[in-house]
Amino acid sequence: MNDKLVIGGHEFNSRFILGSGKFSLDMTKKVIENGGVEMATLAVRRANEGGAENILDYMPEGIVLLPNTSGARNADEAVRIARLARELGCGDFVKVEVVHDSKYLLPDNHETVKATEILAKEGFIVMDYMYPDLNAARAMADAGAAAIMPLAAPIGSNMGLATRDFIKILVDEIDLPIIVDAGIGRPSQACEAMELGVDAIMANTAVATAADPGLMAKAFRLAIEAGRMAYLSGPGRILSGVGEASSPLTGFLRD
Amino acid sequence: MEKIDRSHSHMEYCEGMEKIPHDIMDKALGLREAYDYKSYTPQDVKRALGKDRIDIEDFMALLSPAAEGFLEEMAAKSAQITKRQFGNSVSLFTPLYIANYCENHCVYCGFNCYNRIHRAKLTMEEIEEELREIASTGLEDILILTGESPNITGVEYIGEAVKLASKYFKQVGIEVFPMNTDEYRYIHECGADYVCVYQETYSTDEYEKLHLRGHKRIFPYRFNAQERAIRGGMRLVSFGALLGLGDFRKDALATGLHAYFIQKKYPHAEISFSPPRLRPIINNESINPNDVKETQLLQVMMAYRIFMPFAGITISTREREGFRDNVIGLCATKISAGVSTGVGGHSGEEKGDEQFDISDPRSVKEVHEAILKKGCQPVYNDYVRV
Amino acid sequence: MILNGKKTEIKAGMTVMEFLTEQGYKAGRIAVELNGEILPKSSYEKVVLTEADVMEVVTFMGGG
Repeated sequence: MNDKLVIGGHEFNSRFILGSGKFSLDMTKKVIENGGVEMATLAVRRANEGGAENILDYMPEGIVLLPNTSGARNADEAVRIARLARELGCGDFVKVEVVHDSKYLLPDNHETVKATEILAKEGFIVMDYMYPDLNAARAMADAGAAAIMPLAAPIGSNMGLATRDFIKILVDEIDLPIIVDAGIGRPSQACEAMELGVDAIMANTAVATAADPGLMAKAFRLAIEAGRMAYLSGPGRILSGVGEASSPLTGFLRD
Repeated sequence: MEKIDRSHSHMEYCEGMEKIPHDIMDKALGLREAYDYKSYTPQDVKRALGKDRIDIEDFMALLSPAAEGFLEEMAAKSAQITKRQFGNSVSLFTPLYIANYCENHCVYCGFNCYNRIHRAKLTMEEIEEELREIASTGLEDILILTGESPNITGVEYIGEAVKLASKYFKQVGIEVFPMNTDEYRYIHECGADYVCVYQETYSTDEYEKLHLRGHKRIFPYRFNAQERAIRGGMRLVSFGALLGLGDFRKDALATGLHAYFIQKKYPHAEISFSPPRLRPIINNESINPNDVKETQLLQVMMAYRIFMPFAGITISTREREGFRDNVIGLCATKISAGVSTGVGGHSGEEKGDEQFDISDPRSVKEVHEAILKKGCQPVYNDYVRV
Repeated sequence: MILNGKKTEIKAGMTVMEFLTEQGYKAGRIAVELNGEILPKSSYEKVVLTEADVMEVVTFMGGG
């Protein structure tokens, strides 16, 4: 079956995007392999002097890197971080995330739109982490985003698809890949999101905090694949509890 | 505007016609072309009916011959959605023909420029008299119609008529020749709220054969009329194919997709459908009004309802009373009453002939009663201009 | 000069490349922002640092 995820002209077979935070470096490779992951996020941080171990040395060959703008509190900072990330030499992808709420860590859609406008013009392939709001998603699409990444629940919360119905609206209305990011705690939740018709799942904490991250990565891969297949196969009719009308509604026709 | 005849390519713009991007037209026509309605199975229809929100593929299934076997199921779903979105309300309006001069030669139309009928153009005094007469029936929503003659009944004339209409009516629509954005903006400023444009058929080949003369021959300019109207500030745009001119399933699909993509691109715009079937016209006996059966017309209307739950659907005066009364509450949300399709037919003798024969001649009061009898609520206006 | 927010000693006439090497950075793993502007790698050998410079050196690390 030819079912590829296409983001900004790049094709992926895997619909599991891995967040690389909170892992021990030597676990990274195994998680990526077990998860069949083709794209992984990275954060940009001040480099410590001296030859500290670098995560790039632990990334398998061929993996597409998706630097994020975590730490940015407004559009300008996100743009600055994105430019630095590109200077690090890992391609044009960037996941824009702007957060200035330290309690819930919810993204600022407005600032994200502003950053997207600037970065898309500079040739970045912009993927926007966002609170699932249809108007904001439209503005991001208009600003040149290549994918929309609505959160399922507050980041790191493992709460699951708290925003399910709103994500479904984005799936129905936005002609860009919709990638659920943040809040997915279990493979079953990833599967449910994929069944809704989202294009990919990004997970990090759920894998990193499992007792066996390698095994959990595999479980996510299978769940995401299962959900995708279910979506493509067109789920069967669910009979609603509503009874059929007792008198015909179309008896008036005269042909 | 230059004279347009058969020597003009129907796909090329003419001088003075504003060009806007064709993204929606390309998508809708591409999907229409590829639509193979015979390939859909009862299983596809059932699946579509089992969903809360259907996608384009499901819409295609509901318009297919396979769905004719599920008319009752479609009706149940359609009625449920109509109730959920619109409650019991059914809007009333009437069309007012203020002129029937036309520069187009559309072979199926009673107003076409070669048809020897009585032509007329009401003066502003006559229009006001008609408006007063119609307003006295209690109606608050009026659709101003002309034939399509930019030379005899141009933007300025229509604008003046709209200004008058907005004095007597809370909602004013126009069904006139397609205009440029700035012209729509002017008409909107004069007091118009909505614009109806019929594409007639979405088959560009059929369209070419049916529209031999006049600006209407230019397919893309007509296609993009709704988009220009929205850009000009109009609140609501209406879509319709004249079912029976081309392959009605494909035309119904293209109509739905046209509206769907417009709504996607302009989320603030309000959308409505008007699905007319061909009717007999003066001096042309060869058109068969039964090309599209009532069953199929209903199927199309219900498919629109299920595909775009929030869209208005207007039921044509071309249909008989028994059909009209039953589709309100089921899928239609707007119905005409006290209709005359002749020019100046409301306040006295008609000055010009009718565009087509109507099948439901009932007065506003009679239609009002019929709506109540169906357990619905007649609504004269649901909009306040601020 | 200021490196990543901290006061750091430099030798007079030192290029960016010399400074980074002295600090133990691998040029292939970092990006440099000098006085708010990104400094392309091709300039590392050419640009000479002064006391007034503010430099940020960043790299990738794990993150969601």
